[in-house]
Amino acid sequence: MAELLIKNGVVFDPINGVKGEKMDICIRDGKIVESLHDEHSAKVIDASGCVVMPGGVDAHAHIAGGKVNAGRLLRPEDGRRGLEPKRGVCKPCTGYSVPNTWATGYRYAKMGYTFVMEPAMPPLTARHTHEELVDTPIIDKAALPLIDNNWMTLQYVRDENYEMLSAYVAWMIRATRGYGIKIVNPGGTEAWGFAKNCGLDDPVPHWDVTPADIIRALAHANERYEMPHSIHVHGNMLGHPGNYETTLRTFDVVKGISASMQRQTMHTTHIQFFCYGGTSWKDFESKADEIAKYVNENEHITIDLGSIILGDTTTMTADGPMEYTLYRLTGRKWTNHDVELETGAGIVPFLYSSRNPVHSVQWTIGLELALLLKNPWKVVLSTDHPNAGPFIGYPILISMLMSKKRRDEVMKEVHPAVFDRSSLASIDRELDFHEIAIITRASAAKILGLHNHGKGHLGVGADADVAIYGISHEESDAGAVQRAFLNAKYTIKRGEIVVKDGEIVATPEGRTFYVEPECEESLMNEVMKDIERMFKEYYTVSLSNYPVQDVYTPHPYVIRAPMSG
Amino acid sequence: MAVYTDVLCPFCGCICDDIVVEVGEDGKITKVRGACAIGRSKIMGHDRMESPAIREDGELRDCSYDEAIKRAAEILADARRPLLYGWSSTVCETDRVGVELAVEIGAIIDNTASVCHGPSILAIQDVGLPSCTLGQIRNRADIVIYWGSNPVFAHPNHMKRYSYLSKGRFTPGGKKDRKMVVVDVRETKSAKLADLFVKVRPGGDFLVFSALRAILQGHEDVVPDEVAGVEKKDLLSLAEMIKNANFIITFFGMGVTHSGARHNNIVNAIEFTRAAHLHTKATIMPMRGHYNVNGFNQVCTWLLGYPFSIDLSQGYPWYNPGETGAVDVLVHGECDAALIISSDPASHFPADAVRHLARIPVIQIDPYPNPTTEFADVVIPSAICGVEAEGSVYRMDSVPLRVRKIVDSKFMADEEIIRRILEEVRAIKEKEGE
Repeated sequence: MAELLIKNGVVFDPINGVKGEKMDICIRDGKIVESLHDEHSAKVIDASGCVVMPGGVDAHAHIAGGKVNAGRLLRPEDGRRGLEPKRGVCKPCTGYSVPNTWATGYRYAKMGYTFVMEPAMPPLTARHTHEELVDTPIIDKAALPLIDNNWMTLQYVRDENYEMLSAYVAWMIRATRGYGIKIVNPGGTEAWGFAKNCGLDDPVPHWDVTPADIIRALAHANERYEMPHSIHVHGNMLGHPGNYETTLRTFDVVKGISASMQRQTMHTTHIQFFCYGGTSWKDFESKADEIAKYVNENEHITIDLGSIILGDTTTMTADGPMEYTLYRLTGRKWTNHDVELETGAGIVPFLYSSRNPVHSVQWTIGLELALLLKNPWKVVLSTDHPNAGPFIGYPILISMLMSKKRRDEVMKEVHPAVFDRSSLASIDRELDFHEIAIITRASAAKILGLHNHGKGHLGVGADADVAIYGISHEESDAGAVQRAFLNAKYTIKRGEIVVKDGEIVATPEGRTFYVEPECEESLMNEVMKDIERMFKEYYTVSLSNYPVQDVYTPHPYVIRAPMSG
Repeated sequence: MAVYTDVLCPFCGCICDDIVVEVGEDGKITKVRGACAIGRSKIMGHDRMESPAIREDGELRDCSYDEAIKRAAEILADARRPLLYGWSSTVCETDRVGVELAVEIGAIIDNTASVCHGPSILAIQDVGLPSCTLGQIRNRADIVIYWGSNPVFAHPNHMKRYSYLSKGRFTPGGKKDRKMVVVDVRETKSAKLADLFVKVRPGGDFLVFSALRAILQGHEDVVPDEVAGVEKKDLLSLAEMIKNANFIITFFGMGVTHSGARHNNIVNAIEFTRAAHLHTKATIMPMRGHYNVNGFNQVCTWLLGYPFSIDLSQGYPWYNPGETGAVDVLVHGECDAALIISSDPASHFPADAVRHLARIPVIQIDPYPNPTTEFADVVIPSAICGVEAEGSVYRMDSVPLRVRKIVDSKFMADEEIIRRILEEVRAIKEKEGE
């Protein structure tokens, strides 16, 4: 295979400690290599005056599956906001907050991203998620199955049968070809089956367990295996004024549990939605400082931002009761789709308005958090796409984080409540390219455990996923930063140039990463008896038709997760 | 003899997946257990189209697959405004290649939803859809409403597997723990099984939904003594039942989507569900017909952003049902060639649409002959999905399943036929230097 040389770029590769050094990157057979066999025949990219980073890694974006597709179907008006005709190697594109699968692949690649985690896969509809992932070009991807509101999980947690729980979790991750354990409003989504909800320490109706019990038990189950990722948690009471106290208590739930790998024991996702003070929308305020303080002082927690992009978007989550609240609040259209024995989903369009005091304060929170956290390795840039805004807004966020001037300009445009109810105005910190490289690729890869599998860095042996941005490492103009990160000069995926001068030039198929936890056979046989009974008595599909078949992962990358020692 | 268990049925939107199929030494299916009568007949198979054929001088002449596919590609490559229609009784793999073909030739692509639950989709785009998977009904529903649908005939196993007659966690007594309500314009066989039958005057569904909404929202005073043939006291008692329920589901069918106010009926049905949700858990679901009509809508939505009736002539997907639906472009005499797969527009489209279809070159892909075959210019027989070919399908509640291949077949699979047509079209275009 042809070799590729990227010359003269200023490289930011935080995992390998490379902090803005002018150096060459050598690529052969889709991997980063020490040196080339033949410099004369190698293709050379001159990256003079450019910033070079590993391909971007998104730890949390709803890009595929039943819920995303229900969002597309619900909103033809959103489809029309992103129409692009077929051109060159590209198929037609639609959508802004809910783009079609082709647009999703192309737009991520144009931003220099090469890996995306779909963070909410209902197990029963896992096949659907995988079908869409296969049809999402260029990028590599994985999906996290929702295992927390599952009746078998609830039963084992109630019975304190943690061994069986860990076997069940292993079976479920394998059956769905998932990457880890996703938790969304534990207990609350099950309660939503009868239009109820519940808080962190409330008993789940009919089950005699609390959400805190569920989170703790699943964290233990996760750490029984050498899972690349920790539990990935969307906790209780998302979006409610005053919820920051619940968030702090949720952090404490897993404190003291030891991780089976060198990483956090809980990733708390789209934290912006969990940082709210006040008792109602009237006295709503940011508590980003409290959350940041906790995360700064504790090593077991990592977060992603869920930062707001002002404007119209589509909210979608397995947190059914939250979406109902949003529908009652806005009166806009509302789709709900509860999934038997497992989870649910809700979808509501939403406008984050700069004229609205609450939305304006929400907008500050994601930025506050990113700037208040001392250690960038604990945080990943995200918008919880499309909940707080579409992923194509990342370059806007990057420019804000890198420029106090830009933030001040926008703060003048939004509702003045931001000056009283958020600390953003008082924060002078500006992130540099190195820190941006951490929160957009390196920390995401480490938090997901992908750095051991060639993602998020440019060390020898890593996947040759490289983003070259046409911007000087000394540039500080926010507009220039935003433009550069929206359209990479080059994106290279496994050694192949897929983006050149901001245009897609090749559309290879990406791989699907999944994890196989390895449980003892005797325990698995035991748990299978319960699984069989559950299918016979309650499910509406046969057990033999349930697991995702090989054809749905035509380009697999399998990570084994043995029992932890 | 081989016995296959947990086989999936490729007939209706129920996609029962616990069928037992016995196959004899000769590779022929000998017995089907657990399916309804229609499903059994579908799996057993009957009167197939035997050979690819091309119409010459008014008569179909048998030919090879190669020849038929080449002719089909020539027709499509030559067309200025081709229509690709059907797609509901085949697997998603076929639909995906169909979308690629549509993109390649700038076609209008549409499925049977546009003359079926298309109005339901338009309503969902107006107000959303509070719904769930069928297992939620099985385990939780204590009130099951069938509105303008007759499951006894159209979805024969629906009540047994998923609703009134099934038993679940919070409904261990099955029908003893539930009430079934049928709302229809006549007393159907399903209505005879119901605990409550509400007879609505034809075309009056919209009014009845409105009256129930008003009552559920606390405005019963505005409801007149009689609404579309239903007495107010009956509406009040139905509303009372709903308020006291733990979980209600409304399954609706063609009786509502294709009468009177059409998609506005469904908007109102969904608004009624939202009103009921103020008191209890309320859900609603269309009774999808063909086993994979939903699957095409899913595939089209993730690839093209819209569920059906999509015009690709400008290079990007343009969605405007009423202008870009199959019936619309036929009635307006716009399209100049059509590929019809796994459906029968000759039987189901309005006369004006069929007349135009008969005038233009038509390619038909189907396991069975049907009235559309009478004027098709190229017919390509295909393997039966779920019996002779495998693939993804989406149940009426959007649960994705994989139908299986049980027996070998001399017929080509739909996916391969469409893929080969696409390759031929690309070859023709390349030769023309496009």
